[in-house]
Amino acid sequence: MEKNKYQNLVKKYTPKENVLGNGVTAFIIGGFMGMLGEFLIQFYSYVFSIPTKEASTIMTVTLIFAGCLLTCLGFFDKWVTSAKCGLIVPITGFAHAMQSAALEYKKEGFVTGIGANMFKLAGSVIIYGVCSAYFFGLCRLIVMGG
Amino acid sequence: MTFKYENVYINDTSTITGPYERKGPLSTYFDKSYDDFYFGMKTWEQAEEKLITESVDLLLYKLARTRFDVDLHIGGDLLNQIVASNYAASTLGIPFFGIYSACATSVEGLILASNMIESKQIKNCICTASSHNNAAEKQFRYPVEYGGPKPKTDTFTTTGAASAYLSYNKRGIKVESATVGTVTDYGIKDAFHMGAVMAPAAASTLYDHLKDTKREADYYDLILTGDLGIYGRKIFKDYMKTEYGISLKNYDDTACMIFAEDNKEAYAGGSGPACAPLVTYSYIFDKMKKGELNRVLLIATGALMSPTMVNQKLSIPSIAHLISLEVTE
Repeated sequence: MEKNKYQNLVKKYTPKENVLGNGVTAFIIGGFMGMLGEFLIQFYSYVFSIPTKEASTIMTVTLIFAGCLLTCLGFFDKWVTSAKCGLIVPITGFAHAMQSAALEYKKEGFVTGIGANMFKLAGSVIIYGVCSAYFFGLCRLIVMGG
Repeated sequence: MTFKYENVYINDTSTITGPYERKGPLSTYFDKSYDDFYFGMKTWEQAEEKLITESVDLLLYKLARTRFDVDLHIGGDLLNQIVASNYAASTLGIPFFGIYSACATSVEGLILASNMIESKQIKNCICTASSHNNAAEKQFRYPVEYGGPKPKTDTFTTTGAASAYLSYNKRGIKVESATVGTVTDYGIKDAFHMGAVMAPAAASTLYDHLKDTKREADYYDLILTGDLGIYGRKIFKDYMKTEYGISLKNYDDTACMIFAEDNKEAYAGGSGPACAPLVTYSYIFDKMKKGELNRVLLIATGALMSPTMVNQKLSIPSIAHLISLEVTE
């Protein structure tokens, strides 16, 4: 059988992923994450009487901490799987990616294990995040003059 | 390439599994199952090594023999440099051949051992095959605690070790013949669809075997493939029919047997070098000994996947080795 023909045969028996369903799940859960974030900002700014800008930093730290802690406790991965991308795209996903890699390699030492492998998944996000921030910043400077 | 054997028997086997297999439908057939992934060891890699040594010790205990009575140990696993098997072999101290054919390792070992026993170079041999879900995920995929969504066609590496003791003593299951597979590549690049990668390899080995032995597929009571999974099984059946005109009725796949088919955590079924021998040495051998099955063909399928080559956008080659097992009494 030729490769093309075989690939058609494979396609015939490969189940379709529920793109729409997954998208809706991610949208709703991601939306709730946004609500939670906003609630935390309002909460911190009310309780500590601080401006929302500072409260949003504390909110970010809180969500990162929660993502890391729940990953260590061993059930965040199941939530992430069922939430599709609803928990990966927000800051919790980044924390989850780093924490899971760190956990995985902790027995291979601080330098050769955790240090070398912690950014295994999250490294790309940082590289391309920084590059695209620089690029769009430059565009903004050219178009809007800063 | 097909070999015929007259004097090779699998005298006894041992199977040890991890927690997921324990929850599966075949749990009562395994010799021993663990509740966790560490088995008292510090890391998953060391845990897999322990599984192998323990399964060999259990096998020797069943046979009332010691390590010094064994001529040769052939074993392999999924980890880089087949470390689990190498470290186990260093503990066991039996002359050792380490082999790698991904999930086809078990049958490759049986074929090598059978050839040497048939030619009387050795009197007996222990063949091991093992895999560990977490150790394999760590090496081939993502960190275990990372929960990124996976496609339905993904398979779940089994945790376990299976050992078989082969010799020319007429006891147990007879190894009747074996066919060595060729590496095939049908251009599949999806590392989450191993069933599609391996189905043509299994089909070509089965076809070669039937051609060499001049047999029909229904000569066998059961034809088993290793770990094609729910979707790979369908692809394999269709491929056999369209390419070779052979329709399979008495066919199943061990990946679909080790876990319940509706188990969502296992996706399309089990995989790993341990999958095929765990099912065959326990459940299938039990049926053979009870007389429910007489002739069984086991086709272990291996996707020769390397994350490096997949990242270089190359397709994944695969191999399948086949062994024909019979009850003689």
